[in-house]
Amino acid sequence: MLTISRTARWLRVSACAAMVTTGCATPQSRDVPEVGYGAARFNLGTTPTAGEVSHYFSYPADGRGLPPGSGTYAQGENVYRTRCLACHGDKLQGTPTGDRLIGGRGTLVNNSPTKPPMKTIESYWPYATTIFDYVKRAMPFNAPGSLADDEVYAVIAYILGEANIIGKDELIDAKTLPAIRMPNRDGFVGDPRPDVAR
Amino acid sequence: MTEPSHRFELDDTTRRKVEAMIEAEERYLAAVRQGSDVGPPAPARLTGRRYFLAAAAGAATGGLPRIVRAKAPAGAVERQVPADPTREQGVPTGEDGGYGSRSQFETETRWRFGTATRESSWTMTPLDRSTGIITPSGLHFERHHAGIAIIDPAQHSLLVHGLVEQPKKYSVAEVRRFPSLSRILFIECSGNGLTEWSKPTLKTVQGTHGLTSVSEWTGVPLARVLEEAGLKPGAKWVLAEGSDAAVMTRSIPLDKCLDDAFIAYGQNGEALRPAQGYPLRLVLPGWEGNTHIKWLRRLEVSDVPFQTREETSKYTDLMPDGRARQFTFVMEAKSVITFPSGEMKLPGPGFHEITGLSWSGRGKITRVQVSADGGSRWADAHLQTPVLPICHTRFRFPWYWDGTPAVLQSRATDETGYIQPTIKQLVDVRGLNGPLGSVYHLNGIQSWAIAADGSVTNAHHF
Repeated sequence: MLTISRTARWLRVSACAAMVTTGCATPQSRDVPEVGYGAARFNLGTTPTAGEVSHYFSYPADGRGLPPGSGTYAQGENVYRTRCLACHGDKLQGTPTGDRLIGGRGTLVNNSPTKPPMKTIESYWPYATTIFDYVKRAMPFNAPGSLADDEVYAVIAYILGEANIIGKDELIDAKTLPAIRMPNRDGFVGDPRPDVAR
Repeated sequence: MTEPSHRFELDDTTRRKVEAMIEAEERYLAAVRQGSDVGPPAPARLTGRRYFLAAAAGAATGGLPRIVRAKAPAGAVERQVPADPTREQGVPTGEDGGYGSRSQFETETRWRFGTATRESSWTMTPLDRSTGIITPSGLHFERHHAGIAIIDPAQHSLLVHGLVEQPKKYSVAEVRRFPSLSRILFIECSGNGLTEWSKPTLKTVQGTHGLTSVSEWTGVPLARVLEEAGLKPGAKWVLAEGSDAAVMTRSIPLDKCLDDAFIAYGQNGEALRPAQGYPLRLVLPGWEGNTHIKWLRRLEVSDVPFQTREETSKYTDLMPDGRARQFTFVMEAKSVITFPSGEMKLPGPGFHEITGLSWSGRGKITRVQVSADGGSRWADAHLQTPVLPICHTRFRFPWYWDGTPAVLQSRATDETGYIQPTIKQLVDVRGLNGPLGSVYHLNGIQSWAIAADGSVTNAHHF
């Protein structure tokens, strides 16, 4: 089923390219010099081992795949002070090298050309899972990827506790993290463009 | 028209960034001015040359060679300039070690946005001096979130997994064995022009528009690589992941992946530059630059987007009602006059050929119009061939300047019939959520004010 539709798609692309060369206008003209290989397979690549696959991670909003482990506000405060504070500030207020992390609720509704909105984890980020994914992959800036999973859970507990999104006694783990409702959860819409009519 | 002002009411982080950008441009301009050439000013005056002795001294002493500068421009080798190049042998063949460099008299460079760290930063392409439509690989704009990854292609691989029948691991050599394609495409950062929403801020076209560049990209269709692994029912999104220290990730709709997306390994006839993702990068024709994941190492097929940091907290367009547009991928039609443009000075009234660039993420440019009176009257510009879809198209327009103040503008139309709007039209629809508006996807008409003395400045004129 899928194979047939893919074949049809490639035929369509080829036909479209031919039309372009003969001067027919198409709404989305393209110059894809695709040769008609159809749905051929090339028997390239190898099968990765389970270990090679599990080395990588990405966690969508439902939290699937989140690792074992957990952390608390108190543990997270310690992680934050030693690993994050230098860039993000002692009050999570940001510095020249690190974004502000909390505050800004109520600043997103704004049509002032002079007053800026304040986009932070607290005010803007729609999903708490994104924090885990991002901190684990790219933070801290001077040693990316060096935090243990427990440390990542803990520092999220600290940040979200400071943001008053969760209580300071809550445990963050694979189950509780995706259940957190971020303040701006419903703040995103699709792309309506083109949005300027003439 | 308002006077360019550098005063913004901004939160601390944003203000620091904008001020740093203004300072970076100023530093570049100051360096260029300091080294400005002796003799009649060229129309485009960004031609800094710094000699230990002025050229006039060389002329006064007759046949002596002109003296070399303290330092060669980036990408050039400084050599003694003979008084008469027909009277002595030139540089020996192969002296360059087999990889050439540009003339020592060409000085334009990318300049870096003055972010707090050099690892998370960006540089702008010097469009003011560009010719044709191709950007030299060494002048292609850059946006790095964690520096330029250093990768040995022999140690690099591409993993395809998730909702696939058979997970696959490809070496770089295996990726290159798939049937190939080449396309000449622009890539534009969706933050291009973010300082210009509420007032003219940067002075040069490099500052206002330098986050777009064109290369010939060579690679293999992403569809082939995905289909080799076999897509499972329910597959709707593909996460692309880079191998830099940001481990950059974006979720891409499967339709785009199966349509015209490809994995590039070549740029302008050679391997990708490290700054452009060597050895593999994703190319998504017409979509915002951030989605063209560099140093590509992993593709995970999924039923849902991953809501990564870059597609939620960044690269979303915040409207005045507090809602943000997400997954705003397409770069809409845009154009800008590159000559004359900000900080240049016309030598006097008379004939000047206006030229500039136009592009659209939705296909070909079909028309570019030019106005010299701030948009009251428009005339069709000549489109320089080749006119390629999703590529810079150069336009030219013969202009006889009468020496009175003028406002130059260009307006592009693409093959979907979309007409480039004014900045005001964009703001009427999207509002201004702060001085930087909705930050991304500013494709409004650029105005350059020409004063009676021929000087050119960035202006807002609707």
